Amino acid sequence: MPSDSEATGPEIGPINEMFDSFGLEPYKTTPLDQLHRDLGAKMVPFAGYEMPLQYPTGVMAEHLHCRAAASLFDVSHMGQASLHGHGATAALERLVPSDIAALAPMRQRYTVLTNELGGILDDLIVGRVGERLFLVANASRKDADFRHIIGMLPDGVTLEEHEDRALLALQGPAAAAVFARLAPGDALGFLGMGEMAVAGVPCLVSRSGYTGEDGFEISVPAKRAEELARALLAEPEVKPAGLGARDSLRLEAGLCLYGADLDELTTPIEAGLGWVIGKRRRQEGGFLGEVVIRDQLKIGPPRMRVGIRPDGRAPARALTEIGATDGTRAGNVTSGGFSPTLSAPIAMGYVRRDLAAEGTPLELMVRGQKLPGRVVPLPFVPHRYIR
Amino acid sequence: MAETRFTKAHEWVSLDGDIATVGITDHAQEALGDVVFIELPEPGRAVQHSEPCAVVESVKAASDVYAPLEGEVIEHNVALVADPALVNREATTGGWFFKLKLTNPATFAELMTHDQYDKFVAESA
Repeated sequence: MPSDSEATGPEIGPINEMFDSFGLEPYKTTPLDQLHRDLGAKMVPFAGYEMPLQYPTGVMAEHLHCRAAASLFDVSHMGQASLHGHGATAALERLVPSDIAALAPMRQRYTVLTNELGGILDDLIVGRVGERLFLVANASRKDADFRHIIGMLPDGVTLEEHEDRALLALQGPAAAAVFARLAPGDALGFLGMGEMAVAGVPCLVSRSGYTGEDGFEISVPAKRAEELARALLAEPEVKPAGLGARDSLRLEAGLCLYGADLDELTTPIEAGLGWVIGKRRRQEGGFLGEVVIRDQLKIGPPRMRVGIRPDGRAPARALTEIGATDGTRAGNVTSGGFSPTLSAPIAMGYVRRDLAAEGTPLELMVRGQKLPGRVVPLPFVPHRYIR
Repeated sequence: MAETRFTKAHEWVSLDGDIATVGITDHAQEALGDVVFIELPEPGRAVQHSEPCAVVESVKAASDVYAPLEGEVIEHNVALVADPALVNREATTGGWFFKLKLTNPATFAELMTHDQYDKFVAESA
């Protein structure tokens, strides 16, 4: 086990904590701040920003709407940047284990920034747009990511942060039909990118997302973000969705949240993200943490991320301790909640490798009681990406 | 005629003789969002004032519900366990949590009146 710290359950606070207002730090706002307030959003601090947790219909309705039609998310808090320069590809390959050299023009892929121990500094999206590499990083990590990247860049390669751009995500089975109406032309394939006008606004678009549904992420100049968002929301299938639904959707899709399911002490192999490591990179190495990562590829990781279905109705939330049926410690839940689609609790967590097989019975320590559960395959709800 | 009072933990308490019915306020269910799971104390359990004795989980988070006064649990709302979303629809009526036989019914007067609670909510907003 990587950790021998005292077993603790998740903190449960009194209802009062739901009412805590913002702290003393000034929070940043996104270019859609006024729109969120006009729509009646409940705003909460998140990664240094005031973000919409939910709109008046609530998390459950927003979640189900995204699975049934199309939802618009403001993800402008995420970090957008470009790597410029002839050596950008080689420079980035020192920091991520993916095959960036093989990334075709106007294509993007998911990867991770690793540290010397093979731990994950962040997960991010890398796209090739003309002569530059376009990066999208987590809001909570972007400052650290960009400092880390800049510190490793050779002469002639520069990082440009796009703080003047917003990011919108349109997700759901109706997203493609809505998008085709506002941006007629050739459809993008999954993880394809295009520079195009959407509702008359010049955008950099990718066919991607964080919900398990088909959809688009749209990078737009901040000044025109509200205009674009209002045009998308004017389409009959589209409703706004907040961070609450974004989290429950990504959990159903078995997608990792940095800071919960991924951190600096977790390797991509443990996280089940070995697929991001290109074949050439496995052979050649040349990225931070390669010794640990290649070793784990060979002999297997000590623990693995798994999907867990608790029996009964009680959610097992992040930090819930997981035990094996023989009384030994198995690991911890890293993300857990209630699945609106399945109408049942779901969780992801890390367990010892010998307990990671599908169907393995586990015990979840929820409020001092052992709740039975079992390992299930991920995702909980099948992906519906366009292929 | 039962009188209803309130706690700073956003519970309502309705007193009828020495029996107090306890639930969470409409303001609380609104803040919690869609409730998906509720755990209630078993009848026969003796509870102290402010003792955590129920759990309400929404899609967002888990929260404790406290005993507003000292007493013995005599009943819990079976319908609420089966349908936790009832608390979102009927927080102050059908969505009650449990009933307490109060050790000392006079302590009820220490709880906030409706006006005091409204003021408390307005001030903490």
